[in-house]
Amino acid sequence: MAAITMEHLVKKYDDGFPAVNDISIDIADGEFLILVGPSGCGKSTLLRMVVGLEDITSGDLKINGERVNDRQPRDRNLSMVFQNYALYPHLSVYENIAFPLRLAKGQFSNDEIDRKVREAAETLDLNEHLERKPANLSGGQRQRVAMGRAIVRDADAFLFDEPLSNLDAKLRGQMRTEIAQLQRRMGITSLYVTHDQTEAMTLGDRVAVLKRGQLQQIASPRELYEQPVNLFVAGFIGAPSMNFIPARISGGVFQTPIGDIEVPERVQAKLSGAPELVLLGLRPEHFEDAKFVDEAKVGHGTMFDAEFTHTEWLGNQQYGYIQYEQDQTVQHKLNELAQELDADEMPAQVIVSLDASSRIRGGSTAKIWLDSRRMHVFNPETGENLTRDAEAGAELTREANEERKSEIERARQRDASRGGQNAHAGAGTATAGVAVHRGGDAVTGRESTGQGGSTAL
Amino acid sequence: MLSTKQKIGWTVISVLVLVYALFPVLSILMTSFKAPSDLTSGKFLPSKFVGENYEQIFVGDAKDLFLPALRNSIGISLIATFIAVVLATLCAYAIARLDFPGKKLVLTTALMVSMFPVISIVTPLFNLWRQIGLYDTWLGLIIPYLSLTLPISIWTLTAFFQQIPWDLERAAQVDGATTWQAFRKVIVPLAMPGVFTTAIIAFFIAWNDFVYGIGLTSTSAARPVPAALAFFTGASQFEDPAGAISAAAIIVTIPVVLLVLAFQRQIVSGLTQGAVKG
Repeated sequence: MAAITMEHLVKKYDDGFPAVNDISIDIADGEFLILVGPSGCGKSTLLRMVVGLEDITSGDLKINGERVNDRQPRDRNLSMVFQNYALYPHLSVYENIAFPLRLAKGQFSNDEIDRKVREAAETLDLNEHLERKPANLSGGQRQRVAMGRAIVRDADAFLFDEPLSNLDAKLRGQMRTEIAQLQRRMGITSLYVTHDQTEAMTLGDRVAVLKRGQLQQIASPRELYEQPVNLFVAGFIGAPSMNFIPARISGGVFQTPIGDIEVPERVQAKLSGAPELVLLGLRPEHFEDAKFVDEAKVGHGTMFDAEFTHTEWLGNQQYGYIQYEQDQTVQHKLNELAQELDADEMPAQVIVSLDASSRIRGGSTAKIWLDSRRMHVFNPETGENLTRDAEAGAELTREANEERKSEIERARQRDASRGGQNAHAGAGTATAGVAVHRGGDAVTGRESTGQGGSTAL
Repeated sequence: MLSTKQKIGWTVISVLVLVYALFPVLSILMTSFKAPSDLTSGKFLPSKFVGENYEQIFVGDAKDLFLPALRNSIGISLIATFIAVVLATLCAYAIARLDFPGKKLVLTTALMVSMFPVISIVTPLFNLWRQIGLYDTWLGLIIPYLSLTLPISIWTLTAFFQQIPWDLERAAQVDGATTWQAFRKVIVPLAMPGVFTTAIIAFFIAWNDFVYGIGLTSTSAARPVPAALAFFTGASQFEDPAGAISAAAIIVTIPVVLLVLAFQRQIVSGLTQGAVKG
């Protein structure tokens, strides 16, 4: 149990390149924090700095208020799951899990070690494999062994370095659910690095978005999704990602390449000081096939005609693609953003989410409706979100925080009411309900999109 | 899967290589069983199998030449191998894991030393050793043998250590191990196949050396087998010692074969399989 505090952490390499640049994050006791960002954003480096595998150039790292900058990894009492699992190939699964306990000489008797290993193995469903060597295990089983090695000792916090990136999509979904349940059950502080935003959205109490070593925004998944601070966060969170459409403000309307959009009231108030040309941030689900929109809602948005280049039908939903003429003045800005997001360039197209039963097909022109109340407006030069409502965002994060507390509380109560001696083993089934809403999409092969926003954490 | 044609092709090639490599050994084996009068018969098989030659090197006239030489060879080669492997393990680990100035220098120096022609150092060494009293001693051979075995050991082991994922060591450190514990409990067990392979190569190099052996020794105090073979004579000066030499050659081949057989299981690579994602 521990709170981890990062104060102005900086990591500079010998060539002066700052991989991590002035990052301050407070991780509360029992919190599940996700570090997310495109490759090369410094998230893994930051994690390694916390665990002690990378030196800290400047700044303070505190665990439970104690400065640990100069402590060796073994003295920080953190446990870590590596991206490649880093299992000891010459040891059996049992000995792999027992390894940290055996190193703590004299602290545990053989019986104690045996009990703890079996308990961890039970939790992770590894009982049948204890005598096998890692080479003979499947990817998912290896991943579990790595987890077992982490949970077997009473570490102050868990650190995960992209633990699921080597698994196939289906297994990844399963393990994600398991990690979420495990963390809730044990209520242990966790720091989790990933580039997969589905993981970020579903696992984290809070998510820290990093770009080139700098912290962009740290908030609950919901706040990140609904109230991003800038273009980068808005573009990074959500899949398919937010559409950025150039717009000129003229009177009460935004003139955009896909049609005129009325400026909603909420937005109007915040546009003072906005440049003439802005970027509208519209999520795919802000759109809908006009035929499927409730009469009552129509008035809140804007209708326009669009020619679809193609559509993708996924069973539960459908995406339509609309191409438009890009405004040259923002093209380079958008390409820059695309590169920051690990893509080559930003195509001049809008992705809209349509009802699964919509008959709109590629090549056809159809009427679509945009819920303009939910739009965001960005300053293309600074990338700043002009329409962000900081208060509403903070409220979302506060809510998430409370939900987390009550969730842990419920999990503990359920554990207690089982009253078994082997609380961990009992919890395996007892808390299955906790994350059931996540389990639902976890087993579908394709990572479902836009789920994060509606996942209550 | 190989097609039948490929299988036949490989079999033919394998047989050819085996015959090429093993025929001389077989020929020596046969010669070692020939009686002195039989040596010039020009036939492959001895007309009569006799143990006379073996008798000669173990209990007969050549005993005083061969047995001490065998003892010297085994002792000197084992000691040189042991020192080379221990030093090379530490050196290679440092080269594979640490970033220190002069790392390249160590590797290139090792490479250059191993390329240096042995024959050109023997004469200066001969003079030096005589003056400082190392001439005709075990130590006087172990030191030059290290110059042969260390470079190759360092290179093989460095390559081997570089294959071991660094994350394993980091994981051990996070699990609570000191640097030394991580090395001993994780790296060393994984490096064992590499260490064995290296040890065997180093042993062969020391075992097979002739130039230092003949140049830096004068008596049976330190003379190794390859050098001793050159001093074999027949019972009289008119007698060809080929039979005894062949017998001795067969005897010195046996430890090498035994070594490879004994450590065959350790020389399997791929022990690190399963450490990281598969």
